[in-house]
Amino acid sequence: MMDKMIFGRYVPADSAIHKMDPRAKLMLVFLFVCTIFLANNVVTYGLVAIFTIGLIILSKIPPRFLYNGLKPVFLLIVFTFLLHILFTKEGEVIFEFGILNIYEGGLKQGAFISLRFTFLILVTSLLTLTTTPISITDGMEELLNPFKKWKLPIHELALMMSISLRFIPTLMEETDKIMKAQAARGVDFTSGPLKDRVKSIVPLLVPLFVSSFKRAEELATAMESRGYRGGEGRTKYRQLSWNTRDNLLMAALVVLAVLLFLLRS
Amino acid sequence: MRITLEDVEYRYSVNTPFEHLALHDVNMTIEPGTYTAVIGHTGSGKSTLLQHLNVLLRPTKGRVIIGERTIRAQKKKEKNLKSIRQKVGIVFQFPEHQLFEETVEKDICFGPMNFGVPEAKAKELARIALKQVGLEQEILKKSPFDLSGGQMRRVAIAGVIAMEPDVLVLDEPTAGLDPRGRKEIMDMFYQLHKDRGISTILVTHSMEDAARYADDIIIMHKGTVYQKGKPEEIFSKPDQLLELGLDVPDTVRFQLMLQREMGIRFARPSLSLEDLVADIKEAMERGNRL
Ligand SMILES: Nc1ncnc2c1ncn2[C@@H]1O[C@H](COP(=O)(O)OP(=O)(O)O)[C@@H](O)[C@H]1O
Ligand SMILES: [Mg+2]
Repeated sequence: MMDKMIFGRYVPADSAIHKMDPRAKLMLVFLFVCTIFLANNVVTYGLVAIFTIGLIILSKIPPRFLYNGLKPVFLLIVFTFLLHILFTKEGEVIFEFGILNIYEGGLKQGAFISLRFTFLILVTSLLTLTTTPISITDGMEELLNPFKKWKLPIHELALMMSISLRFIPTLMEETDKIMKAQAARGVDFTSGPLKDRVKSIVPLLVPLFVSSFKRAEELATAMESRGYRGGEGRTKYRQLSWNTRDNLLMAALVVLAVLLFLLRS
Repeated sequence: MRITLEDVEYRYSVNTPFEHLALHDVNMTIEPGTYTAVIGHTGSGKSTLLQHLNVLLRPTKGRVIIGERTIRAQKKKEKNLKSIRQKVGIVFQFPEHQLFEETVEKDICFGPMNFGVPEAKAKELARIALKQVGLEQEILKKSPFDLSGGQMRRVAIAGVIAMEPDVLVLDEPTAGLDPRGRKEIMDMFYQLHKDRGISTILVTHSMEDAARYADDIIIMHKGTVYQKGKPEEIFSKPDQLLELGLDVPDTVRFQLMLQREMGIRFARPSLSLEDLVADIKEAMERGNRL
């Protein structure tokens, strides 16, 4: 029932994006998120679109898969679009429909904001789709390393993150299994009155909590018995390496940023 | 209730990079009141197959006929699945994970009450089911989370039995139990099958259980039915089973050894210890000529 979800899922493939250094990918995404706010007209949005599509092609993730997985979010995007169309009253009226007036400004604003939202989601999804949770965490930890000087618990944060990311698919699988077990006992998760459907959350959530706590405890025991005692003096098995490929993609982003800066109105 | 599968195919995660063909060309009929064992390697599609029997999964091709209802592969939403789910109860692998109520009684009543049984009747069913799975009535008021693993398993099974299904589907119901608990639970299911005429479909890795209880055996291999037949037929070709990475019952293995080491030949595979004794005796008396 949940097999269309793509958040936090890694799709293995042999692509330039997959092979990038996770540090480069993280910086790229972060800078992209900042850069996209420079876009404010058709040309600049077009450039962002080209950049995003380029990344998708390089990543070899099937676009249809991206589309299917992001469907739930697209609903939100359409909703934002409609809100802007209905409530922004700038520029000329381009469409009249009874009491409903659609303004040029609203249309533009709505389109731009929905596009921005779409690009943000696509690029951040690409990060998790092409990078194993472990690499994301490694990259994050390396990038944040300087902050250890100020006694920030970087290693612990990274560990927390990698554990959560690691267990998202497990939790999904578990949810699916328990939903099926309760459906077999007559729970209807997909139809029926709203009241019943809200009630049907309980037989799902209780077992999920129970098993999550149990799993957390087992994980803690397993880590302790293997001698884990925090980041102090811990060496790394996986070494990160920053290549020409990473330089090139970072350069591409810088070019994009400069172009946006010059071409924005 | 008869369940028929016709050319059933099932794919997980259709239209994603994770698309996976889990079942294909599955044809079978489960006659009312029979006991069927499904054996096969891990990943051969046994659990996926079982979930078609009460429409937890719908085939991506072919159809499943459950009693009067025909479930097809079309997208259209099926209505009123509850009546099917009441008649076809499933005990999943590690069913204790589905417990959630404050008391054992409430948890066992959960299924029946979802199917519209009034509370008083549900409590009555709970008491009967609890007795059936061999637990004391005292634990009805306890929290299921205070019980031992084996007791939780039994409570979860009682929760399915209390639904009074016509067909009982069991997915490795004794995995992880101690030998004694395993035997008690398997005997209990067999008793239910005999007393109430419940059709039973058992997925198991235990060839002894398959040989002992089943009328029919279905071998699943790589997502499809590799072979089906009576236990005698299936276990009379032990080489084939071993080739598939499956096993034969201890008794059959013993026969094979006698055959190899002492040249004793048998007319049929022995499916239980009693049979084995009788068959050895018979072979000796026959003077080993077949
Ligand atoms: N929820 C799922 N999503 C994707 N693939 C699955 C899922 N469940 C099972 N599979 C795959 O389908 C195949 C059959 O699995 P399953 O029916 O569980 O086999 P068995 O019960 O015989 O071990 C396996 O290859 C398994 O990896
Ligand atoms: Mg299974």
